[in-house]
Amino acid sequence: MSTVAAEAALPLADRTITEVGELLRRREISSRELTEACLARIHRDGERLNTYLAVGEERALAAADAADARLAAGEGSDQPLLGIPYALKDIFVTRALDDAGLPDGGLPTTAGSRILEGYRSPYASSAEDRLSAVGAVLVGKTNCDEFAMGSSNENSAYGPVRNPWDESTVPGGSSGGSSAGVAGGQAYFALGTDTGGSIRQPASLTGTIGLKPTYGRVSRYGMIAFASSLDQCGPFTRSVRDCAQVLGALAGHDPRDSTSVDVPVPDYPAALNGEVRGMRLGVPREYFVAGMEPGVEAAVREAFRVLEGLGAEIVEVSLPSTDAGLATYYIIAPAEASANLARYDGVKYGLSAGEDDLLDNYLRTRGSGFGAEVKRRIMLGTYALSAGYYDAYYVKAQQVRTLIKAEFDKVLADVDALLAPTSPSVAFKIGAKTDDPLLMYLNDACTLPVNIAGLPGVSVPCGLSDGLPVGLQVIGRAFDEATILRVADAYERAAGFASLRPPTAHD
Amino acid sequence: MISRADVEHVAALARLGLTEDEIDRMQGQLNRILEAIGQLQSVDTSAVGPTAQVIALENVMRPDEVREPMARDAALANAPLREGDHLRVPVVLEEGR
Repeated sequence: MSTVAAEAALPLADRTITEVGELLRRREISSRELTEACLARIHRDGERLNTYLAVGEERALAAADAADARLAAGEGSDQPLLGIPYALKDIFVTRALDDAGLPDGGLPTTAGSRILEGYRSPYASSAEDRLSAVGAVLVGKTNCDEFAMGSSNENSAYGPVRNPWDESTVPGGSSGGSSAGVAGGQAYFALGTDTGGSIRQPASLTGTIGLKPTYGRVSRYGMIAFASSLDQCGPFTRSVRDCAQVLGALAGHDPRDSTSVDVPVPDYPAALNGEVRGMRLGVPREYFVAGMEPGVEAAVREAFRVLEGLGAEIVEVSLPSTDAGLATYYIIAPAEASANLARYDGVKYGLSAGEDDLLDNYLRTRGSGFGAEVKRRIMLGTYALSAGYYDAYYVKAQQVRTLIKAEFDKVLADVDALLAPTSPSVAFKIGAKTDDPLLMYLNDACTLPVNIAGLPGVSVPCGLSDGLPVGLQVIGRAFDEATILRVADAYERAAGFASLRPPTAHD
Repeated sequence: MISRADVEHVAALARLGLTEDEIDRMQGQLNRILEAIGQLQSVDTSAVGPTAQVIALENVMRPDEVREPMARDAALANAPLREGDHLRVPVVLEEGR
């Protein structure tokens, strides 16, 4: 079923940014052709896989033509994303109104929710602004779990996304449209958001690269908030080098996001020298959680051997509070969500039930506009913050957060990076876990501690189990994305899974 | 254990209108989740302070400069009810209430 072939033999839509970028700059291909290749895939597979919530064909082709003009004028040697088609998770607002408040042809924004159906943003996110500035071509907005709450994309108000590897399975979540889109050749890269694993876990389930940068590394201006002390945005790509290129375009301080930190941005692609000899890589023993699929554990442990073969020293380490991560996360994230989602009140924008009484209007607007998982988390968060429970739940979780972070800091003082599974399972069947919220939450057991500590983590494909992709997670020190990308890139070059593509990879 | 009345109280705090079925389902699910979360009580945190966020930032300041604001019509375009240059809200204060 799977296609393992030489890169050059892959269809245009399935190649890497690095490869098509080279062709673009040599003028052997145009941005318009790349955009048309993505659009052709979207026409063929998009509706069936339910990857996109909005596609802007005309605007994309116009942006591609503009990029082609810049390339023809000799630009592009220092702009690796010039002319490259990409997608944004529908959590990023895209400007869709002119100053008179009239639709300007831009794409709507829904956050995967009925409560924002028909919403047109009066401003653009910093992510879109930065990518537009370097000439990347926005193709559309991808499906996702409602307000990024979920691990399977089944919580989208607009239906589940199907995994191109096996269309009866989920693509992971919450950034499931972005993962499926990049895996399936419907964009050369896509942005997702990651609050507890929502980039890394779907990357793992779709055989793509997914990076959650350090908290504060990338601006979140215009990214619809879920849990503000945990949320971060990052790329999905088909190679680690591509990931480094996109991170380079996104990273850096933004005066419009006061939680973005003013730390110098290194040359990420330059860090990918293929060299891990002498590096110390820690394997936290607590990450091989109960219930992990044997095929996942086998693939991940084999990846450790590959890195050892490249000269890295693999050492077992311990993060004793890992077990408490899930409970800590499911207090902090819902608590912050309950506050962030208070803004959907039926007054300023979005759905309104049209009741004459304000309180009734709040109750009916929010009761009918939010889906089951969002309601569950608002309830959980409101409860944890309510009088009499605040200390027992919220303060307690923040104290355990201190412990989890301190353990990471201690271990990462001794090793250069950590290696772990990304997800305890490969892609599961649509519907398999929807009746049991707790079972669904366990998907993020290996990713959410990284958000709690605010560290960077990347998932890179490390083989197949039962014919479905497995992800290796590399976790690093704060603001040291360069090291984890270097490890992931060295592994990718050595392991031979770089050309792994799903069955959709044909014209 | 949280009771049905607790669920109704929290839903009222969160301004979430839930159906009878939703209240029943929510009660069972929240109790299961809270039971799992309860394990945190066994972690010894007597010697640690809380962490609200992981970057040591506070009081981020910007220059106090006059800038062009978002166009008013664009800012109001998504409002369900509008009156002139204002958002319209159902009456909250009226005689006899």
